[in-house]
Amino acid sequence: MSVITLTINGQEVSALSGATLLEACRQNGVDLPTLCHLDGLTPIGACRLCLVQVEGARRLMPACTTEAQDGMVVQTHTESLKEYRKMILEMLLSERNHICSVCVANGSCELRARCAELGVDHTRFEYRCPDMPAIDLTHERNGLDHNRCISCTRCIRACDQIEGAHTLDMQGRGVDSRIIIDMHQKWGGSTTCTKCGKCVNVCPTGTLFWKGSTVAEMEKDVGFVRWIKEGREKKQWSL
Amino acid sequence: MATKVRLATVWLGGCSGCHMSLLDIDEKLIDLAEHIELVYGPLVDAKEYPHDVDVVLVEGALCNTENLELLLQIRERTKIVISFGDCAVTGNTPQLRNKLDIDDVLTKVYQAGPGSIPKGPESVDILPVLLPKVHPLHALVPIDVYLPGCPPDPDRIYKVVAALLAGEKPQLPAESITFG
Repeated sequence: MSVITLTINGQEVSALSGATLLEACRQNGVDLPTLCHLDGLTPIGACRLCLVQVEGARRLMPACTTEAQDGMVVQTHTESLKEYRKMILEMLLSERNHICSVCVANGSCELRARCAELGVDHTRFEYRCPDMPAIDLTHERNGLDHNRCISCTRCIRACDQIEGAHTLDMQGRGVDSRIIIDMHQKWGGSTTCTKCGKCVNVCPTGTLFWKGSTVAEMEKDVGFVRWIKEGREKKQWSL
Repeated sequence: MATKVRLATVWLGGCSGCHMSLLDIDEKLIDLAEHIELVYGPLVDAKEYPHDVDVVLVEGALCNTENLELLLQIRERTKIVISFGDCAVTGNTPQLRNKLDIDDVLTKVYQAGPGSIPKGPESVDILPVLLPKVHPLHALVPIDVYLPGCPPDPDRIYKVVAALLAGEKPQLPAESITFG
């Protein structure tokens, strides 16, 4: 595998050819905030938190879906990028109903953690307070609360790419995007769901949760995704 | 002796949990007492919000016309306004009613809800009128310091107040600016 050289924040660094900018950054000690990204799932560039400035590019590029190129000159933490990232988090906070004080994921929520890390202590945007579909508690083990969803699609990708069931999908566009089960049915009646719980574990917020958990009780484990992906790549479980 | 800092605390649309957390700074209250004069709040018997307040901790969201009038007065008469706790900063649980039509709020909650509490008319004249929507404080007036948390834990409150008393701009570490 060949190695390329690029410049990140004025430092010349090397990366494996084919690596994304996010991988190149993280391998070289430059941390970028992410929400929709999860090691082991295909990147989709949905949350826009990892936007970076690439010299010569006419727009900002999401580092998770941009391939690092030889000779690229990249800025990751300019004042305007930091400001955009805060703005993105503030918009996420005002889009649905994130009432942290009564959320199952209080304490384990990645949205809340990113806000704290990037210094978002309030949102300058008006809260939309939308009337969301009722919480789906028809499943034997899991609950689905649309109020907390940031449309990162980590659950959809885990269900499709790791479990291979593709029970979950997305309906609608923009602010009307909603996670749906099968052909927009109640979760409890799903004939494709294997009840594996991968979707719940990868959800960065309190949207997907174990039934019976109350405020701040959710604990999630996302490490298994990378473990399964790497095992598959190494054909660890082939006969 | 140096002049004492004129501190006020205010309870708008909230549960008073933030005030409880303020009292939970325990023995540090004694240190604070040497440097502050408590001029207004639920813990003080002052009828009107005074002039020339240095620092105010405002708990609760903007829910009714009384909250609104008082907050305008607070901003006009205070140097440093702290948005104190999640209700003040985000609207928190009081804003759960924002998806309901204002004309139906009391009916939905008190008459169509569970239980057998006495039924009353939709609006009662002696109470302040509810605003159509609940808002965080910064929707109405400029805020100087945001102190999130439901409630903000006592250490967090003390850090902010102590920094202000020392004449510094409070800089909370990442783990201290979480909501909820």
